[in-house]
Amino acid sequence: MSMLEIDKVSKLYKSGTFGGGLKAALRQVSFNIERGEVVSLIGESGSGKSTLGKIILRLVPPSAGCVRFEGADITQMKGRALHEYYRYVQGVFQDPFSSYNPLYKVDRVFDMVHQEFFPHLSGDEWAARVGSALEAVTLNPGDVFNKFPHQLSGGQQQRVLVARALLLDVKLLIADEIISMLDASTRVDVLNMLVGLKKRGLGILFITHDLSLGNYISDRTVILRNGTIAEMGLTPLVFGNPRHSYTVSLLKAVPQLHKKWEDIDIDELLAAELDREAPALAPRGPESRRYSKSSLAPARQARAKDILPQGEQGPRPSLMDLPGAPWQRKMSSPRLAKLLLSQPPPELVEVEEGHFVAVEG
Amino acid sequence: MSLKVDNLRITYRTLRGDVKAVDGVSFSVSDGEIMGLAGESGCGKSTLGNSLVFLEGRMRHLGGRAELDGRELPIADTRAMNEYRMRQVSLIPQYAMSALNPTRKFGKMAAELLKSRGVRFATVEEELRRRLGLVGLADNVLNLYPFELSGGMRQRATMVLSTILNPSLLIADEVTSALDVSTQRAVGEMLMEFRERGFVKSMIVITHDMSILAQIADSILVMYAGKLAEKAGSDTVVNNPLHPYTQLLLASLPEVGVRYDTSALVGIPGRPPSLLHPPAGCRFRARCPFAFEKCTEDPPFMELQPGHQVACWKAMKDAGLDIGPAVPPAAAVGEEASR
Repeated sequence: MSMLEIDKVSKLYKSGTFGGGLKAALRQVSFNIERGEVVSLIGESGSGKSTLGKIILRLVPPSAGCVRFEGADITQMKGRALHEYYRYVQGVFQDPFSSYNPLYKVDRVFDMVHQEFFPHLSGDEWAARVGSALEAVTLNPGDVFNKFPHQLSGGQQQRVLVARALLLDVKLLIADEIISMLDASTRVDVLNMLVGLKKRGLGILFITHDLSLGNYISDRTVILRNGTIAEMGLTPLVFGNPRHSYTVSLLKAVPQLHKKWEDIDIDELLAAELDREAPALAPRGPESRRYSKSSLAPARQARAKDILPQGEQGPRPSLMDLPGAPWQRKMSSPRLAKLLLSQPPPELVEVEEGHFVAVEG
Repeated sequence: MSLKVDNLRITYRTLRGDVKAVDGVSFSVSDGEIMGLAGESGCGKSTLGNSLVFLEGRMRHLGGRAELDGRELPIADTRAMNEYRMRQVSLIPQYAMSALNPTRKFGKMAAELLKSRGVRFATVEEELRRRLGLVGLADNVLNLYPFELSGGMRQRATMVLSTILNPSLLIADEVTSALDVSTQRAVGEMLMEFRERGFVKSMIVITHDMSILAQIADSILVMYAGKLAEKAGSDTVVNNPLHPYTQLLLASLPEVGVRYDTSALVGIPGRPPSLLHPPAGCRFRARCPFAFEKCTEDPPFMELQPGHQVACWKAMKDAGLDIGPAVPPAAAVGEEASR
């Protein structure tokens, strides 16, 4: 049994002017995380990667599907069970400073964990525990104790947050873009710290949009596109032998130091870009549907079957066209939700051992 | 010679004193050159770029001059600069995505902006539409509010608007930072195309991302703690850097294909010095593995190879230059203590 099983998780967000429209951020996403494994979840903005992290942390409920941690369904957890769950699963987010209460010194951050989760531990035992947690994140206690968050550098702030998670009996860390706000010279240190934690048996879900960071640290990679898995598998296989056209185009766009973009073919990339900029697709009135059939090129028409609205990248539809607006609404929310949830994601095929690729239609 | 900056010094006023964000910087950008300006956050790279266009209220010009196409830029005089802005020197601001007025349609905002430059919108409207088409934005963008555009589209619209009067120098401040990889590539290539098409003559691209600069820049200038560290052609900086800071920075970049188990990368320990009271001597020496006694003196920004300037005593020694005797250690210790 895997440590964390994500089983056909879907999430619909309300959208549109009056919240009557629905947008599928995730569609039946399934994968597992084993003990002591680093899985990187890579996707562009709007792909649903952060939503999945939030669902695992119970910050938002999924619309369908379930998440099991060591066999127990966490989506239904309440009270004591949930409290216990947070002992094992913790998250660290992109902007470290906004995770802190600016009025609390670092000591108090740790003390709150002490009171909340380990009231029976004596002061000395607790101090030893804090010491070892700080050591694990390669922080010098003298550098952080008795300081306010604003007195710490970005890298130190992130490490203190990871140390806070380590004070618990954490088994899974959700690291959501934790290094994108850090400077290039300190980024690698935080990455290496995560590698060190992994060696001590911590499982990490590393959420990022930066392919090179994901490649550096992870054992397995999941590439998310518009809420569905495009490709997943062992990192060397996904990066060394990408099979999905989306993965290929992402890899081609990564700026590299020693290889110029000009040497890399752009046609497919442009095609992907144009594709993404196609008008947002959502169920509308019959007229607009007829319009879309006659005016879109065949390739786009194929996409038009896909009911999924585009991510952040495409142009936003005008206010009059928003699917949720009352004058646009031809379908009731529950019906639309049912329709969205019943849309199966592209099927995943195992092309080689430990390497799954979505079928492209 | 398009832009020539000579010993420029800019400070920021804060409650605790003046932050010397740009401290005696001299460089030049030739016609048609895309110069990358790289460095960590807080190294003064954005201050340097902004100061050539607009000095904010908190910023103060302490000394030095900038010359564009043979005419001096009156950077300390914000009113006199009006004549140059957008026509001679233009800026794509950091967070260009949020630089658009949310209460105006893009077209109306463009018209108001151009009016403030004394240009009638009708005279450039056709060109504006043409250029918007070039970057893949349909005509109707002019009739849309910024919130109706995606981040990438807003970025592109801002880029077109900043360059509509064909400025001689364009300063692009972190234009790719907030974007996804595929949009990053599109924007990067767009910058190069703007130069090919003659929309701008030369460009300073400010970013912390060295790999973007390796793609689009002709030359790279590396800044550290308000001072220049190294300048050379982009291939030279990437493949053969001489300053220890550039070397360590490049070595700490994870690239696709690099994994922790095959080749572990290392960061640079420590953090940059505070620019409120910058230390004397080489500012990188506290973090530098090669620091020696001489480093307590300020290193000059010297051309060690043709077109390759470095401010580092060690690089000068390695190049076989006579760097003179080091300061006696006692003096260095005394100076250390006085800080």
